[in-house]
Amino acid sequence: MRLRDGEVGVFKLAAGALMIIAFAAGALVVLPYFTLRNVPPPEGLTQYTDAQLRGRQSYIANGCIYCHSQQPRDPSVAPDMARGWGRPSVPGDYVYDRPHLLGTMRTGPDLFNIAVRQPSRDWHLGHLYQPRAYSPGSIMPAFPFLFERKRGAVAPDEVVVTLPPAFAREGERIVATQEALDLTAYLLSLDRSYPVRKTSAAP
Amino acid sequence: MQYSVGVLLVTFLGSLTALGLFLWSMSRGLFGAGETAGRVIFAPKEIGLVEDPAAGTATAEDQLQGVMNRTGHTGEFAVLTPEETDERALLDASSRLPVLIALSGAVLWLVIASMFGLMASIKLHAPDWLVEQSWLTFGRIRPAHLNAVAYGWCSLAGLGIAIWLFPRLLRTPLVGSRTAAAGVVLWLCGVTGGIIAILIGKSAGLEWLEFPWQVDIPLFLGGTLVGVALLRTLQRRRVPHLYVSVWYISAGLLWLPILLIVAKWPGIHFGVQQAAMNWWFGHNVLGLWFTPLGLAAIYYFLPKVLGKPIHSYHLSLVGFWTLAFFYSQVGGHHLIGGPVPGWLVTLSIVQSMMMIVPVVAVGVNQHRTAYGHLSALRYSPTLRFIVLGGMMYTLASIQGSMQSLRVVNTTTHFTHFTVAHAHLGLYGFFSLVMFGSMYFVMPRVLDWEWPYSRLISLHFWLVIGGFAVYFVGLSIGGWLQGMRMLDAARPFIDSVRVTEPFLISRTVGGTMMTLGHLVFAAHFVVMLLRRGTQREGAALLRRPVRLDTPAGVTAASRASA
Repeated sequence: MRLRDGEVGVFKLAAGALMIIAFAAGALVVLPYFTLRNVPPPEGLTQYTDAQLRGRQSYIANGCIYCHSQQPRDPSVAPDMARGWGRPSVPGDYVYDRPHLLGTMRTGPDLFNIAVRQPSRDWHLGHLYQPRAYSPGSIMPAFPFLFERKRGAVAPDEVVVTLPPAFAREGERIVATQEALDLTAYLLSLDRSYPVRKTSAAP
Repeated sequence: MQYSVGVLLVTFLGSLTALGLFLWSMSRGLFGAGETAGRVIFAPKEIGLVEDPAAGTATAEDQLQGVMNRTGHTGEFAVLTPEETDERALLDASSRLPVLIALSGAVLWLVIASMFGLMASIKLHAPDWLVEQSWLTFGRIRPAHLNAVAYGWCSLAGLGIAIWLFPRLLRTPLVGSRTAAAGVVLWLCGVTGGIIAILIGKSAGLEWLEFPWQVDIPLFLGGTLVGVALLRTLQRRRVPHLYVSVWYISAGLLWLPILLIVAKWPGIHFGVQQAAMNWWFGHNVLGLWFTPLGLAAIYYFLPKVLGKPIHSYHLSLVGFWTLAFFYSQVGGHHLIGGPVPGWLVTLSIVQSMMMIVPVVAVGVNQHRTAYGHLSALRYSPTLRFIVLGGMMYTLASIQGSMQSLRVVNTTTHFTHFTVAHAHLGLYGFFSLVMFGSMYFVMPRVLDWEWPYSRLISLHFWLVIGGFAVYFVGLSIGGWLQGMRMLDAARPFIDSVRVTEPFLISRTVGGTMMTLGHLVFAAHFVVMLLRRGTQREGAALLRRPVRLDTPAGVTAASRASA
C-alpha cells in the first residue's frame, strides 16, 4: 500500500525503533564494554582455581545470587563496611567473574568478602547443611542434598561435618560431597581485602 | 560529584530537547495522521456500539450498551452492516490456530508458574520445607517462577493477543497462520527446555537471562516466525492508517530478538560490563517487550469495548516514542551504589524520571477515554481487568521512577520492596490486561461463550484481593527491611526477622492469586471442552434482535438501519 502524506510507514517505524535501541545499547552495553575492557585486575586478586570454579558453578546452579549480593557499597551510601562486608568494590575486582554475580537482593548478607568473616571450612560445611545450627533466625534453605548421611565407618579421605550437638543425630555422620567441598572452596576464595586504587569509575 | 551533576544536567537537557523536537515534528504532521487514525479500529458507522464477547448473556450486553447510551455516547445510529460483520468474523477466524495454541500454552504456564511462586514464597518462612531434592531448592524454584511467568505466561499471552489483534487492526486476514502457529510451538519448546535447565542446575546465572543460550535459539526462531507472519499481514493491510497498537506490537517484535542476541551472545560479556548489560536487558524486556504488548492491548480493547475512539490519538503517539526512548535507558538504576561507572547510573536515573512523560500520556489518555463510563465496568469483564490493569501501569511506573532516586533507592535496593514493585508491573499491569484481553478474545476464537460468568467474577476478586494482600504487605516488609539494614547499630539478622510476618502475608496473598488462576484455568478448560452454551453468532455482532428492553429497541433500529 502506498504511503499517504504524513503517515508513519512501516519503514519509518522500524527505523525509529532500531535507532532508539541502538542508542540505548550504545550507552548501556557498548560504552561500558570499551571503558571497562582494559581494566587490569588488582595486584592482590588471583584467578579462580578449578575447584573454586566448580564451586562457583554450584553457587549459580543453586541460586545463591537470589539472596546474596557481591557488591559492598560506599560508606557514604550504606553501612556495608561497618558490617564487615569490606571496602566498596571496584570494576577490577570482577575481572575474572564470568558470569558476573553482583546480585540485587540481600535477604542474606553480602558475600563479597565472606572468607574474611568466616575463614573456616568446617563452619561453611556445617552452615550449608543446616544454617540454623550456626545462625539462629536465619531463613536460608538447608542444603542436605550436598551431603551424604552415613552410618558406620567413614573412609579416611572423606570429610565429616561436625555439627553442634543439638543438631547432630546419634550414630549418624554427615559426609560432604565433592560439590559441597567445591562450593566451600569458592566461598573461601571470596576475599577482596587487598588494597585497590580508587578509580573514577567508583561512584 | 561535580562531574555527576554535569552528566545529570546534560542528559536532562538533552532529553528535553529531544522531546521538544519530537513534539514539534508531530505538530508538523510528520508522525501519523492525527485523530482520524484513532477511528480505524471501527467500521465506518460502528462508533457507539459496544463490544464485549465476555459479557456472557445478551442481557449483560444490553446493559453495557445501555450504560454507554445513558452516559452520553449514544449508539442509536451506529450500525455494523452484515457485510462488515461477516468480514470481521472472517478476520477472527484467520488467526484461530496460532492464537488458540498460544493462549492455551499461556494458561498452562500460568498455573505452573503460580505453583513455583507459591512454593518459593513458603520456603522463605519455612526454610526447612522440601530441602532434600536439589531441584526443589529455593534458588532453583525462584528463577523457575520468574522465567515461567515472563517467558511462559506473559510472553505467550502477549504473543497470542498480538496475533489475534493484527488481522483486526489491519482489516486483513492473518497471512501465514501456520507459520505463526509453528513459531508459537517453538517458543513453547524453548520455555519448557529453559525451565528444565534451571531445575536441573544448568542456569546461565544472570537474572532474567537464566535460560542457557542454546535454549534461547528456539525462542528466537519462534519469535521470528511469528514476526514473519505478522509482517506479511502488515504488507497486505487494507487500512489507511497504522493504529498505535500496530506500532507497539511491531516494535516489540523487532526489539525482543535484538535484546536476546546482544544479551545471550556467548563469550563477549564480562564482569561489571556484564552487570550493566544484564540490567539493560532486564529492564528492556519489561519496557520494550511486555509493556508494548500490554499497551497495545489496552489501546485496542478499551475503545473497542466502550465503542468510543481513544481520547487523543496524538497523545498515544507521544506515549509510544517517549516510552521507547526513555525506557530503553533506565536499566542502570538497578546498579545504584554498585561498582559501575557513575555516568551510567546517572543517565539511567534521569531517564527513569523522564519516564513520567509516557506514563502520564498513557494515563491521561486512558482516563479521559473511560471517564464518565465507569459504570460500564460492572457489565464488562474485559473492561474491568483492563481498566484496573491500566491504572496499575501508571502506579507501577511512577513508583519505579521514584525508586530510581538515590534517596529512595538506598532504602529499597536489595529488599523485598523491589520484588513487590516488580509484581505491580508484571502482575498488576500486564497480567490483568492479559486476563481482560483473553476474556474478550476466547469467545471469538472458539465461537463459544464463557460457560460461567460467576467464575469470571470469582477469578477477578481472588486475584485482586490476593494481589492487594501480596503487594501491601511485601512493600511494608521490604521498607522495614531496608531501614534495618541501613541502621549499623542493628545486627543484620534484624532485617531478616522483621520481614517474617510480611513474608507470611505474601504467602496468603499468593495463595489467593493461585486459587484465582486455578479458577481461570478450569474455566478455560471447560470452555475448550465446549461445555456450556454455544454463541449464537458472535455476541453483539450477530445476536438475535429482541424488543423487550429499551436497549433491545436500539438494537432493532440498528438492525433495520
